[in-house]
Amino acid sequence: MGSRLSKFLYTALVMFLLWLLLTSSFNVQELVAGAVIAILVAAFTHERFTKKGLANLHPKRVVCMFIYFFYFFWQMIKANIDVAWRVIHPKMPINPGIVHVKTKMKSDFGKLMVANSITLTPGTLTLEVLGDDMLIHWIDVKATDVETASKMIPGVFEKCLKEFME
Amino acid sequence: MLAIIGWIMIYIGATFLFLGALGIFRFPDVYNRLQAGTKCTTLGAFSSIVGVGLVHPAWLPKTLLIAFFILLTNPISSHALGRASYKSGVKLWEGSVIDKCKEFEECQKKEEEQE
Repeated sequence: MGSRLSKFLYTALVMFLLWLLLTSSFNVQELVAGAVIAILVAAFTHERFTKKGLANLHPKRVVCMFIYFFYFFWQMIKANIDVAWRVIHPKMPINPGIVHVKTKMKSDFGKLMVANSITLTPGTLTLEVLGDDMLIHWIDVKATDVETASKMIPGVFEKCLKEFME
Repeated sequence: MLAIIGWIMIYIGATFLFLGALGIFRFPDVYNRLQAGTKCTTLGAFSSIVGVGLVHPAWLPKTLLIAFFILLTNPISSHALGRASYKSGVKLWEGSVIDKCKEFEECQKKEEEQE
């Protein structure tokens, strides 16, 4: 895990970026005020905000994050069209159920990312996370056993996420 | 040109928001309604907010930030709602195929029993 200084710097940097996006001006006064506030917030919260510190900004991780973001976005659009289709279809072709899958992610943050991604993609909703087990409400159940379902739901994200989370 | 794309995105977003509302009306139980509520609303809200940003380019950074926070928080709220309704004993729709949650003890426990 990263040192205190690297955690502090990383938090201050993220806060300052957030400030830039919110004010969207490069006025000197705004920048100075933003820097002061970012440093203050970072001083109080850097212990909780991040575990790895500046290691999060390693180029390989940043590239992986971008790839994951676009991949995830594509999945999200497909999910929306799929659910919208089920909504407007006169017969309402739903086949719901709760399935059990296993995740390969070890860290808490990795599990959070997987659970969030699952909730946002084709007809799946994370109901419960117990260690490595996840219980997922699936609007169109295609597989009921643990192995096949694990390949179909979290598998698609884990390939991408494992690169930059672990 | 940017404004035209923005307007198209706003209309797409409005369509998805409408479909989400229709889904909440048509689907049979809490869990399926949550699916419609979160899925369609995410893209609906996302698309209309970014569309507004494209129509007024000066607002674009702020609208992107809002869209990012919606993406980050929306799944958490729907997860909390689904989990809470399962724990308080809301039944699944009779057409449901399988309920693996029954095999886990933690899944059945009510919140106050855990304390």
